[in-house]
Amino acid sequence: MTAPRIIVVGAGPAGIRAAQTLVEAGVRPVVIDEGEASGGQIYRRQPNGFKRDFRQLYGTEHRRARDLHETFDALREKMDYRPRTLAWNLSEGALHIVHNGISNAVPFDGMILATGATDRLLPVRGWTTPGVYSLGASQIALKAQACAIGRRVVFIGTGPLLYLVATQYLKAGAEVAAVLDTSAFGHRLAALPLLLARPDALAKGLALIAQLRLAGITMLTGIRPIAIEAGADRNVARVHVRDARGRDRNFMCDAVAMGYHLRPETQLADLARCDFSFDPATHLWSPMTDAMGRTSVRGIYVAGDGVKISGADAAEIAGRLAAHAAIADLHSAHPAGRGAEGSVKKLLTSHRRMDRFRRGLAKGFPWPAHLAEALPDDTILCRCESVTVGSLRMAATALGAPEVNRAKAFVRVGMGRCQGRFCGPASAEILAAVLGKSTDGVGRLRGQAPVKPLPIATVPEDAS
Amino acid sequence: MNRFVRLAEHDRAEIRFRIDGRGVTALEGDTLLTAMRLNGFILRWSEFSDGPRAGFCLMGACQDCWVTTAEGGRLRACSTLVANDLSILTTPEVE
Repeated sequence: MTAPRIIVVGAGPAGIRAAQTLVEAGVRPVVIDEGEASGGQIYRRQPNGFKRDFRQLYGTEHRRARDLHETFDALREKMDYRPRTLAWNLSEGALHIVHNGISNAVPFDGMILATGATDRLLPVRGWTTPGVYSLGASQIALKAQACAIGRRVVFIGTGPLLYLVATQYLKAGAEVAAVLDTSAFGHRLAALPLLLARPDALAKGLALIAQLRLAGITMLTGIRPIAIEAGADRNVARVHVRDARGRDRNFMCDAVAMGYHLRPETQLADLARCDFSFDPATHLWSPMTDAMGRTSVRGIYVAGDGVKISGADAAEIAGRLAAHAAIADLHSAHPAGRGAEGSVKKLLTSHRRMDRFRRGLAKGFPWPAHLAEALPDDTILCRCESVTVGSLRMAATALGAPEVNRAKAFVRVGMGRCQGRFCGPASAEILAAVLGKSTDGVGRLRGQAPVKPLPIATVPEDAS
Repeated sequence: MNRFVRLAEHDRAEIRFRIDGRGVTALEGDTLLTAMRLNGFILRWSEFSDGPRAGFCLMGACQDCWVTTAEGGRLRACSTLVANDLSILTTPEVE
Protein backbone atom coordinates (compact mmCIF):
# COMPACT_ATOMS: atom_id res chain seq x y z
CA MET A 1 0.00 0.00 0.00
CA THR A 2 1.37 3.40 -0.93
CA ALA A 3 1.40 6.04 1.77
CA PRO A 4 -1.50 8.51 1.71
CA ARG A 5 -0.97 12.09 0.58
CA ILE A 6 -1.31 14.19 3.72
CA ILE A 7 -1.02 17.97 3.90
CA VAL A 8 -0.22 19.82 7.11
CA VAL A 9 -1.18 23.49 7.04
CA GLY A 10 0.89 25.51 9.50
CA ALA A 11 4.37 24.98 10.93
CA GLY A 12 3.84 26.09 14.49
CA PRO A 13 3.90 23.69 17.47
CA ALA A 14 0.87 21.67 16.27
CA GLY A 15 1.99 21.46 12.65
CA ILE A 16 5.57 20.50 13.54
CA ARG A 17 4.49 17.65 15.81
CA ALA A 18 1.93 16.49 13.25
CA ALA A 19 4.59 16.42 10.52
CA GLN A 20 7.01 14.59 12.79
CA THR A 21 4.42 11.94 13.69
CA LEU A 22 3.52 11.45 10.03
CA VAL A 23 7.16 11.02 9.03
CA GLU A 24 7.63 8.47 11.82
CA ALA A 25 4.75 6.49 10.27
CA GLY A 26 6.33 6.49 6.84
CA VAL A 27 4.32 9.35 5.35
CA ARG A 28 6.01 12.18 3.45
CA PRO A 29 3.75 15.13 4.34
CA VAL A 30 3.40 18.35 2.40
CA VAL A 31 3.83 21.16 4.94
CA ILE A 32 2.37 24.49 3.86
CA ASP A 33 3.30 27.53 5.96
CA GLU A 34 2.89 31.25 5.46
CA GLY A 35 5.89 32.09 7.63
CA GLU A 36 9.47 32.77 6.52
CA ALA A 37 10.55 29.89 8.76
CA SER A 38 8.92 27.28 10.97
CA GLY A 39 7.95 27.92 14.59
CA GLY A 40 4.61 29.64 14.20
CA GLN A 41 3.96 32.90 16.03
CA ILE A 42 4.83 31.60 19.50
CA TYR A 43 8.23 30.16 18.52
CA ARG A 44 8.80 32.53 15.62
CA ARG A 45 12.42 32.59 14.50
CA GLN A 46 14.34 35.83 14.19
CA PRO A 47 15.69 36.82 10.75
CA ASN A 48 19.19 35.77 9.64
CA GLY A 49 21.88 37.94 11.17
CA PHE A 50 20.16 38.30 14.56
CA LYS A 51 22.22 36.87 17.40
CA ARG A 52 20.06 36.53 20.53
CA ASP A 53 20.12 32.98 21.92
CA PHE A 54 17.16 30.70 22.68
CA ARG A 55 17.02 31.76 26.31
CA GLN A 56 16.86 35.46 25.44
CA LEU A 57 14.24 34.83 22.77
CA TYR A 58 11.91 32.35 24.38
CA GLY A 59 12.50 32.80 28.13
CA THR A 60 11.14 29.96 30.23
CA GLU A 61 10.14 28.09 27.04
CA HIS A 62 13.61 28.08 25.49
CA ARG A 63 14.06 24.30 25.67
CA ARG A 64 10.72 23.64 23.99
CA ALA A 65 11.51 26.17 21.29
CA ARG A 66 14.91 24.65 20.58
CA ASP A 67 13.48 21.14 20.49
CA LEU A 68 10.74 22.14 18.04
CA HIS A 69 13.13 24.00 15.75
CA GLU A 70 15.68 21.18 15.77
CA THR A 71 12.97 18.55 15.22
CA PHE A 72 11.61 20.40 12.23
CA ASP A 73 15.03 21.05 10.72
CA ALA A 74 15.85 17.34 11.00
CA LEU A 75 12.68 16.49 9.04
CA ARG A 76 13.53 18.69 6.07
CA GLU A 77 14.51 15.88 3.69
CA LYS A 78 11.55 13.74 4.75
CA MET A 79 8.78 16.15 3.88
CA ASP A 80 7.78 18.57 1.15
CA TYR A 81 8.08 21.83 3.08
CA ARG A 82 6.71 24.99 1.45
CA PRO A 83 7.43 28.13 3.47
CA ARG A 84 6.12 31.59 2.45
CA THR A 85 3.12 29.83 0.97
CA LEU A 86 -0.51 30.79 1.53
CA ALA A 87 -3.25 28.14 1.53
CA TRP A 88 -6.11 30.22 0.16
CA ASN A 89 -8.86 27.86 -0.92
CA LEU A 90 -10.07 24.29 -0.87
CA SER A 91 -11.93 22.35 -3.47
CA GLU A 92 -12.90 18.70 -3.62
CA GLY A 93 -9.72 16.85 -2.65
CA ALA A 94 -7.27 19.69 -3.39
CA LEU A 95 -5.76 22.57 -1.44
CA HIS A 96 -5.10 25.74 -3.40
CA ILE A 97 -1.88 27.46 -2.53
CA VAL A 98 0.04 30.49 -3.74
CA HIS A 99 3.77 31.10 -3.52
CA ASN A 100 5.56 34.08 -5.12
CA GLY A 101 2.45 34.92 -7.11
CA ILE A 102 2.12 31.43 -8.61
CA SER A 103 -0.91 29.41 -7.58
CA ASN A 104 -1.46 25.70 -7.83
CA ALA A 105 -3.61 22.94 -6.42
CA VAL A 106 -2.19 20.19 -4.21
CA PRO A 107 -4.33 17.04 -4.14
CA PHE A 108 -4.61 15.22 -0.81
CA ASP A 109 -6.15 12.23 0.93
CA GLY A 110 -5.93 13.84 4.35
CA MET A 111 -5.26 17.30 5.69
CA ILE A 112 -4.29 18.45 9.16
CA LEU A 113 -5.17 22.10 9.77
CA ALA A 114 -2.77 23.60 12.32
CA THR A 115 -3.57 27.17 11.41
CA GLY A 116 -3.07 28.84 14.79
CA ALA A 117 -4.73 31.97 16.06
CA THR A 118 -4.76 35.75 15.91
CA ASP A 119 -5.45 38.29 18.63
CA ARG A 120 -9.09 38.71 19.57
CA LEU A 121 -9.93 42.39 19.59
CA LEU A 122 -12.48 44.60 21.22
CA PRO A 123 -12.66 47.94 19.38
CA VAL A 124 -12.31 51.15 21.35
CA ARG A 125 -12.47 54.77 20.26
CA GLY A 126 -9.12 55.63 18.70
CA TRP A 127 -7.86 52.09 18.11
CA THR A 128 -6.77 52.93 14.55
CA THR A 129 -4.37 55.63 15.83
CA PRO A 130 -0.72 55.05 14.81
CA GLY A 131 1.13 53.50 17.73
CA VAL A 132 -1.71 51.12 18.65
CA TYR A 133 -0.86 47.49 17.96
CA SER A 134 -2.29 44.12 18.86
CA LEU A 135 -0.66 42.31 21.77
CA GLY A 136 0.61 39.64 19.41
CA ALA A 137 2.12 42.38 17.25
CA SER A 138 3.91 43.93 20.19
CA GLN A 139 5.41 40.54 21.00
CA ILE A 140 6.44 39.91 17.39
CA ALA A 141 8.16 43.33 17.25
CA LEU A 142 10.23 42.31 20.25
CA LYS A 143 10.92 38.68 19.33
CA ALA A 144 11.42 38.91 15.58
CA GLN A 145 12.75 42.47 15.31
CA ALA A 146 14.28 43.26 18.74
CA CYS A 147 12.15 46.42 18.83
CA ALA A 148 9.57 47.83 21.21
CA ILE A 149 6.46 49.33 19.61
CA GLY A 150 7.19 52.57 21.49
CA ARG A 151 9.13 54.14 24.32
CA ARG A 152 6.34 53.97 26.90
CA VAL A 153 3.71 51.30 26.33
CA VAL A 154 0.24 50.75 27.84
CA PHE A 155 -0.93 47.12 27.80
CA ILE A 156 -4.71 46.84 27.71
CA GLY A 157 -7.21 43.99 27.29
CA THR A 158 -7.26 40.66 29.03
CA GLY A 159 -5.71 37.21 28.90
CA PRO A 160 -2.42 35.62 29.86
CA LEU A 161 -0.60 37.27 26.95
CA LEU A 162 -1.24 40.70 28.50
CA TYR A 163 1.02 39.87 31.45
CA LEU A 164 3.49 37.80 29.43
CA VAL A 165 4.22 40.50 26.86
CA ALA A 166 4.31 43.28 29.46
CA THR A 167 6.93 41.29 31.36
CA GLN A 168 8.91 40.64 28.19
CA TYR A 169 8.93 44.38 27.45
CA LEU A 170 10.08 45.14 30.96
CA LYS A 171 12.94 42.63 30.71
CA ALA A 172 13.99 43.91 27.29
CA GLY A 173 14.34 47.41 28.68
CA ALA A 174 11.13 49.10 27.50
CA GLU A 175 8.99 51.21 29.80
CA VAL A 176 5.61 49.70 30.73
CA ALA A 177 3.22 52.56 31.51
CA ALA A 178 0.44 50.33 32.88
CA VAL A 179 -1.22 46.93 32.55
CA LEU A 180 -4.99 47.42 32.33
CA ASP A 181 -7.15 44.29 32.50
CA THR A 182 -10.91 44.23 31.81
CA SER A 183 -11.33 41.04 33.83
CA ALA A 184 -11.57 41.15 37.58
CA PHE A 185 -9.48 39.53 40.29
CA GLY A 186 -12.59 37.57 41.27
CA HIS A 187 -12.64 35.91 37.85
CA ARG A 188 -9.15 34.57 38.51
CA LEU A 189 -10.13 33.24 41.93
CA ALA A 190 -13.14 31.46 40.45
CA ALA A 191 -10.91 29.95 37.78
CA LEU A 192 -8.32 28.61 40.23
CA PRO A 193 -9.68 25.04 40.50
CA LEU A 194 -9.46 24.69 36.71
CA LEU A 195 -6.09 26.45 36.44
CA LEU A 196 -4.65 24.00 38.98
CA ALA A 197 -4.84 21.37 36.24
CA ARG A 198 -1.41 22.71 35.23
CA PRO A 199 0.36 23.88 38.39
CA ASP A 200 3.54 24.59 36.40
CA ALA A 201 1.78 26.93 33.97
CA LEU A 202 -0.15 28.58 36.80
CA ALA A 203 3.10 29.19 38.69
CA LYS A 204 4.67 30.77 35.59
CA GLY A 205 1.67 33.08 35.23
CA LEU A 206 1.78 34.14 38.88
CA ALA A 207 5.51 34.80 38.54
CA LEU A 208 4.82 37.21 35.66
CA ILE A 209 2.40 39.22 37.77
CA ALA A 210 4.86 39.21 40.67
CA GLN A 211 7.64 40.55 38.42
CA LEU A 212 5.44 43.41 37.21
CA ARG A 213 4.40 44.22 40.76
CA LEU A 214 8.00 44.14 41.95
CA ALA A 215 8.92 46.60 39.20
CA GLY A 216 6.22 48.94 40.49
CA ILE A 217 4.10 48.75 37.34
CA THR A 218 0.53 50.03 37.69
CA MET A 219 -1.80 47.06 37.21
CA LEU A 220 -5.56 47.57 37.25
CA THR A 221 -8.24 44.89 36.96
CA GLY A 222 -11.90 45.28 36.16
CA ILE A 223 -11.31 48.33 33.97
CA ARG A 224 -13.52 49.64 31.15
CA PRO A 225 -11.62 51.06 28.15
CA ILE A 226 -12.99 54.48 27.17
CA ALA A 227 -10.67 55.85 24.47
CA ILE A 228 -7.21 55.89 22.99
CA GLU A 229 -6.37 59.51 22.31
CA ALA A 230 -3.98 60.99 19.77
CA GLY A 231 -1.67 63.92 20.36
CA ALA A 232 -1.18 66.93 18.09
CA ASP A 233 1.05 64.80 15.84
CA ARG A 234 -1.87 62.33 15.39
CA ASN A 235 0.09 59.54 17.11
CA VAL A 236 -1.16 57.88 20.28
CA ALA A 237 -0.59 60.00 23.39
CA ARG A 238 -2.98 58.79 26.09
CA VAL A 239 -5.20 55.90 27.18
CA HIS A 240 -8.40 56.74 29.02
CA VAL A 241 -10.11 54.02 31.09
CA ARG A 242 -12.62 53.82 33.92
CA ASP A 243 -11.33 51.80 36.86
CA ALA A 244 -13.26 49.18 38.84
CA ARG A 245 -14.57 51.87 41.20
CA GLY A 246 -15.84 54.01 38.32
CA ARG A 247 -13.10 56.63 38.42
CA ASP A 248 -11.58 58.01 35.23
CA ARG A 249 -7.92 57.20 34.84
CA ASN A 250 -5.55 58.44 32.14
CA PHE A 251 -2.18 57.01 31.19
CA MET A 252 0.28 58.97 29.08
CA CYS A 253 2.09 56.77 26.57
CA ASP A 254 3.40 56.68 23.01
CA ALA A 255 2.24 53.15 22.18
CA VAL A 256 -0.57 50.76 23.11
CA ALA A 257 -0.62 46.97 22.95
CA MET A 258 -4.16 45.61 23.06
CA GLY A 259 -5.75 42.17 22.93
CA TYR A 260 -8.41 40.01 24.53
CA HIS A 261 -6.85 36.56 24.44
CA LEU A 262 -6.90 34.85 21.04
CA ARG A 263 -9.29 33.55 18.40
CA PRO A 264 -8.74 30.49 16.18
CA GLU A 265 -8.07 30.76 12.43
CA THR A 266 -10.84 28.50 11.15
CA GLN A 267 -11.35 29.66 7.56
CA LEU A 268 -9.98 26.52 5.88
CA ALA A 269 -12.04 24.21 8.11
CA ASP A 270 -15.02 26.34 7.13
CA LEU A 271 -14.24 26.05 3.41
CA ALA A 272 -13.89 22.27 3.95
CA ARG A 273 -17.50 22.44 5.24
CA CYS A 274 -16.69 21.10 8.68
CA ASP A 275 -19.50 21.41 11.22
CA PHE A 276 -18.89 24.16 13.78
CA SER A 277 -20.15 24.65 17.31
CA PHE A 278 -20.35 27.68 19.59
CA ASP A 279 -18.60 27.53 22.95
CA PRO A 280 -20.58 29.58 25.48
CA ALA A 281 -17.56 29.79 27.81
CA THR A 282 -15.38 31.62 25.25
CA HIS A 283 -18.02 32.95 22.81
CA LEU A 284 -15.96 31.43 19.99
CA TRP A 285 -17.03 29.18 17.11
CA SER A 286 -14.80 26.19 16.38
CA PRO A 287 -14.88 23.12 14.16
CA MET A 288 -16.43 20.20 16.05
CA THR A 289 -13.96 17.38 16.65
CA ASP A 290 -13.53 14.12 18.47
CA ALA A 291 -10.77 13.85 21.08
CA MET A 292 -8.22 13.10 18.33
CA GLY A 293 -9.00 16.14 16.19
CA ARG A 294 -11.18 14.48 13.55
CA THR A 295 -13.72 16.93 12.13
CA SER A 296 -17.14 16.08 10.69
CA VAL A 297 -15.53 15.83 7.23
CA ARG A 298 -13.63 12.64 6.45
CA GLY A 299 -9.92 13.27 5.98
CA ILE A 300 -9.93 16.73 7.57
CA TYR A 301 -8.28 17.07 10.99
CA VAL A 302 -7.66 20.15 13.13
CA ALA A 303 -5.12 20.72 15.89
CA GLY A 304 -3.86 23.41 18.22
CA ASP A 305 -5.00 27.00 18.65
CA GLY A 306 -6.68 26.81 15.24
CA VAL A 307 -9.49 24.92 17.02
CA LYS A 308 -9.44 25.94 20.68
CA ILE A 309 -7.11 28.37 22.39
CA SER A 310 -5.12 26.00 24.60
CA GLY A 311 -1.60 27.28 24.04
CA ALA A 312 1.61 25.91 22.60
CA ASP A 313 2.12 22.89 24.87
CA ALA A 314 -1.39 21.63 24.17
CA ALA A 315 -0.87 22.30 20.46
CA GLU A 316 2.13 19.96 20.37
CA ILE A 317 -0.01 17.18 21.84
CA ALA A 318 -2.96 17.94 19.55
CA GLY A 319 -0.69 17.89 16.49
CA ARG A 320 0.54 14.41 17.39
CA LEU A 321 -3.01 13.20 18.07
CA ALA A 322 -4.35 14.49 14.75
CA ALA A 323 -1.49 12.80 12.91
CA HIS A 324 -2.16 9.52 14.73
CA ALA A 325 -5.82 9.80 13.72
CA ALA A 326 -4.91 10.47 10.10
CA ILE A 327 -2.55 7.49 10.08
CA ALA A 328 -5.16 5.22 11.66
CA ASP A 329 -7.84 6.36 9.18
CA LEU A 330 -5.79 6.54 6.01
CA HIS A 331 -2.68 4.42 6.52
CA SER A 332 -3.79 1.57 8.75
CA ALA A 333 -1.58 -0.94 6.92
CA HIS A 334 1.51 0.76 8.30
CA PRO A 335 2.91 -0.93 11.44
CA ALA A 336 3.17 2.44 13.21
CA GLY A 337 -0.59 2.73 12.86
CA ARG A 338 -1.05 -0.36 15.01
CA GLY A 339 1.60 0.11 17.68
CA ALA A 340 0.51 3.58 18.74
CA GLU A 341 -2.33 2.80 21.17
CA GLY A 342 -0.21 3.25 24.30
CA SER A 343 1.24 6.60 23.35
CA VAL A 344 -2.11 7.86 22.05
CA LYS A 345 -3.70 7.02 25.39
CA LYS A 346 -1.04 9.04 27.22
CA LEU A 347 -1.43 11.95 24.83
CA LEU A 348 -5.19 11.94 25.31
CA THR A 349 -4.79 12.05 29.10
CA SER A 350 -2.46 15.05 29.00
CA HIS A 351 -4.62 16.77 26.40
CA ARG A 352 -7.62 16.51 28.73
CA ARG A 353 -5.56 18.19 31.44
CA MET A 354 -4.60 20.94 28.99
CA ASP A 355 -8.24 21.43 28.09
CA ARG A 356 -9.18 21.87 31.73
CA PHE A 357 -6.54 24.59 31.99
CA ARG A 358 -7.88 26.17 28.78
CA ARG A 359 -11.30 26.45 30.38
CA GLY A 360 -9.63 27.98 33.42
CA LEU A 361 -8.06 30.69 31.28
CA ALA A 362 -11.39 31.40 29.60
CA LYS A 363 -12.98 31.79 33.03
CA GLY A 364 -10.12 33.76 34.56
CA PHE A 365 -9.82 36.19 31.65
CA PRO A 366 -13.33 36.29 30.21
CA TRP A 367 -14.16 37.91 26.86
CA PRO A 368 -15.94 41.14 27.86
CA ALA A 369 -19.05 40.76 25.70
CA HIS A 370 -20.84 43.39 27.78
CA LEU A 371 -18.23 45.98 26.81
CA ALA A 372 -18.69 45.24 23.10
CA GLU A 373 -22.45 45.67 23.46
CA ALA A 374 -21.95 49.04 25.13
CA LEU A 375 -19.57 50.55 22.53
CA PRO A 376 -20.59 54.06 21.45
CA ASP A 377 -22.06 54.40 17.93
CA ASP A 378 -19.15 56.49 16.64
CA THR A 379 -16.48 53.87 17.42
CA ILE A 380 -14.77 52.45 14.33
CA LEU A 381 -15.65 48.75 14.36
CA CYS A 382 -14.16 47.63 11.05
CA ARG A 383 -10.58 48.84 10.69
CA CYS A 384 -10.44 47.84 7.02
CA GLU A 385 -13.26 50.05 5.77
CA SER A 386 -13.84 52.34 8.75
CA VAL A 387 -17.39 51.12 9.38
CA THR A 388 -18.75 52.31 12.72
CA VAL A 389 -20.56 50.46 15.48
CA GLY A 390 -23.58 52.65 14.74
CA SER A 391 -23.72 51.44 11.11
CA LEU A 392 -23.87 47.83 12.27
CA ARG A 393 -26.66 48.67 14.72
CA MET A 394 -28.50 50.37 11.86
CA ALA A 395 -28.12 47.23 9.72
CA ALA A 396 -30.16 45.42 12.36
CA THR A 397 -32.67 48.10 13.34
CA ALA A 398 -33.35 49.91 10.05
CA LEU A 399 -32.43 47.28 7.49
CA GLY A 400 -33.60 44.22 9.40
CA ALA A 401 -30.43 42.11 9.28
CA PRO A 402 -31.24 39.09 11.47
CA GLU A 403 -27.70 37.67 11.60
CA VAL A 404 -24.05 38.54 10.92
CA ASN A 405 -23.84 37.52 7.25
CA ARG A 406 -26.83 39.67 6.27
CA ALA A 407 -25.40 42.57 8.27
CA LYS A 408 -22.13 42.10 6.41
CA ALA A 409 -23.95 42.30 3.08
CA PHE A 410 -25.74 45.50 4.16
CA VAL A 411 -22.95 47.53 5.77
CA ARG A 412 -19.75 45.61 4.87
CA VAL A 413 -18.74 44.76 8.46
CA GLY A 414 -16.54 41.68 8.00
CA MET A 415 -16.20 42.18 4.24
CA GLY A 416 -12.92 44.11 4.32
CA ARG A 417 -9.43 42.86 3.71
CA CYS A 418 -9.09 41.14 7.11
CA GLN A 419 -12.34 39.24 6.46
CA GLY A 420 -13.77 39.85 9.89
CA ARG A 421 -10.77 38.59 11.85
CA PHE A 422 -10.59 41.78 13.88
CA CYS A 423 -14.18 43.10 13.89
CA GLY A 424 -15.99 39.74 13.90
CA PRO A 425 -16.03 38.87 17.61
CA ALA A 426 -17.26 42.32 18.69
CA SER A 427 -19.72 42.53 15.77
CA ALA A 428 -21.50 39.39 16.92
CA GLU A 429 -21.99 40.80 20.43
CA ILE A 430 -23.22 44.18 19.17
CA LEU A 431 -25.70 42.58 16.80
CA ALA A 432 -26.91 40.08 19.39
CA ALA A 433 -27.52 42.87 21.91
CA VAL A 434 -29.42 45.08 19.52
CA LEU A 435 -31.58 42.16 18.32
CA GLY A 436 -32.11 40.79 21.83
CA LYS A 437 -30.64 37.44 20.81
CA SER A 438 -27.93 35.23 22.26
CA THR A 439 -24.46 35.56 20.67
CA ASP A 440 -24.78 32.25 18.84
CA GLY A 441 -28.27 33.31 17.76
CA VAL A 442 -26.81 35.83 15.28
CA GLY A 443 -24.80 33.13 13.52
CA ARG A 444 -21.25 32.84 12.39
CA LEU A 445 -19.41 34.83 9.73
CA ARG A 446 -18.91 32.35 6.91
CA GLY A 447 -15.40 31.96 5.51
CA GLN A 448 -14.82 33.00 1.91
CA ALA A 449 -11.97 32.25 -0.45
CA PRO A 450 -9.40 33.62 -0.77
CA VAL A 451 -8.86 33.43 2.99
CA LYS A 452 -6.34 36.28 2.63
CA PRO A 453 -5.85 38.77 -0.21
CA LEU A 454 -3.93 37.39 -3.19
CA PRO A 455 -1.48 39.51 -5.17
CA ILE A 456 -3.27 40.91 -8.23
CA ALA A 457 -0.60 39.33 -10.44
CA THR A 458 -1.29 35.78 -9.17
CA VAL A 459 -1.33 33.30 -12.04
CA PRO A 460 -1.99 29.56 -12.14
CA GLU A 461 1.13 27.43 -12.42
CA ASP A 462 0.29 26.01 -15.87
CA ALA A 463 -0.18 29.55 -17.22
CA SER A 464 3.26 30.71 -16.16
CA MET B 1 5.85 61.04 18.44
CA ASN B 2 5.42 57.29 18.37
CA ARG B 3 8.16 55.29 16.81
CA PHE B 4 9.57 51.84 17.33
CA VAL B 5 12.58 51.64 19.64
CA ARG B 6 15.42 49.28 18.81
CA LEU B 7 16.41 47.46 22.01
CA ALA B 8 19.01 44.98 20.71
CA GLU B 9 20.58 43.47 17.56
CA HIS B 10 22.32 46.67 16.47
CA ASP B 11 25.12 44.83 14.72
CA ARG B 12 23.77 44.32 11.19
CA ALA B 13 24.47 45.74 7.75
CA GLU B 14 22.91 49.13 6.98
CA ILE B 15 20.15 49.43 4.39
CA ARG B 16 19.38 52.73 2.62
CA PHE B 17 15.95 53.41 1.22
CA ARG B 18 13.51 56.29 0.69
CA ILE B 19 10.23 57.27 2.33
CA ASP B 20 8.32 60.09 0.63
CA GLY B 21 11.53 61.02 -1.18
CA ARG B 22 13.60 61.31 1.99
CA GLY B 23 16.66 59.10 2.35
CA VAL B 24 16.50 56.97 5.52
CA THR B 25 18.40 54.02 6.93
CA ALA B 26 17.50 50.69 8.49
CA LEU B 27 19.29 47.43 9.21
CA GLU B 28 19.29 44.22 7.19
CA GLY B 29 16.58 41.94 8.59
CA ASP B 30 14.24 44.79 9.52
CA THR B 31 10.79 44.44 8.03
CA LEU B 32 9.61 47.40 5.99
CA LEU B 33 7.11 48.13 8.78
CA THR B 34 9.84 48.13 11.43
CA ALA B 35 12.07 50.30 9.25
CA MET B 36 9.33 52.88 8.64
CA ARG B 37 8.25 53.00 12.28
CA LEU B 38 11.85 53.29 13.52
CA ASN B 39 12.16 56.34 11.30
CA GLY B 40 8.97 57.81 12.76
CA PHE B 41 6.81 57.49 9.64
CA ILE B 42 3.23 56.34 9.44
CA LEU B 43 2.61 53.70 6.75
CA ARG B 44 -0.30 55.15 4.84
CA TRP B 45 -3.44 57.26 5.00
CA SER B 46 -6.75 55.44 5.32
CA GLU B 47 -8.65 55.43 2.01
CA PHE B 48 -11.76 56.12 4.10
CA SER B 49 -10.42 59.51 5.23
CA ASP B 50 -10.21 58.69 8.90
CA GLY B 51 -6.53 59.41 9.31
CA PRO B 52 -3.09 57.83 9.28
CA ARG B 53 -2.43 54.12 9.81
CA ALA B 54 0.69 52.36 11.02
CA GLY B 55 -0.14 48.64 10.89
CA PHE B 56 -1.70 46.58 13.63
CA CYS B 57 -1.16 42.79 13.83
CA LEU B 58 2.37 42.30 12.39
CA MET B 59 1.46 38.72 11.40
CA GLY B 60 -0.09 39.19 7.99
CA ALA B 61 -3.69 38.89 9.19
CA CYS B 62 -5.14 42.41 9.46
CA GLN B 63 -3.93 43.78 6.09
CA ASP B 64 -3.60 47.25 7.65
CA CYS B 65 0.01 47.72 6.56
CA TRP B 66 -0.10 47.59 2.73
CA VAL B 67 2.14 50.41 1.50
CA THR B 68 2.65 51.89 -1.93
CA THR B 69 5.97 52.02 -3.75
CA ALA B 70 7.04 54.94 -5.93
CA GLU B 71 6.58 52.61 -8.91
CA GLY B 72 2.95 52.05 -7.96
CA GLY B 73 3.44 48.55 -6.53
CA ARG B 74 1.99 47.40 -3.23
CA LEU B 75 3.82 45.66 -0.38
CA ARG B 76 2.58 44.22 2.91
CA ALA B 77 5.06 46.01 5.16
CA CYS B 78 4.96 43.55 8.07
CA SER B 79 5.96 40.58 5.93
CA THR B 80 8.40 42.28 3.53
CA LEU B 81 12.03 42.77 4.48
CA VAL B 82 13.41 46.24 3.80
CA ALA B 83 15.85 46.42 0.89
CA ASN B 84 18.29 48.93 -0.55
CA ASP B 85 16.79 51.35 -3.07
CA LEU B 86 13.16 50.73 -2.08
CA SER B 87 11.13 53.90 -2.42
CA ILE B 88 7.90 54.10 -0.43
CA LEU B 89 5.18 56.75 -0.57
CA THR B 90 2.93 57.18 2.47
CA THR B 91 0.82 59.60 0.46
CA PRO B 92 0.50 58.32 -3.09
CA GLU B 93 -0.35 61.04 -5.61
CA VAL B 94 -4.03 60.60 -6.41
CA GLU B 95 -5.42 62.58 -9.30
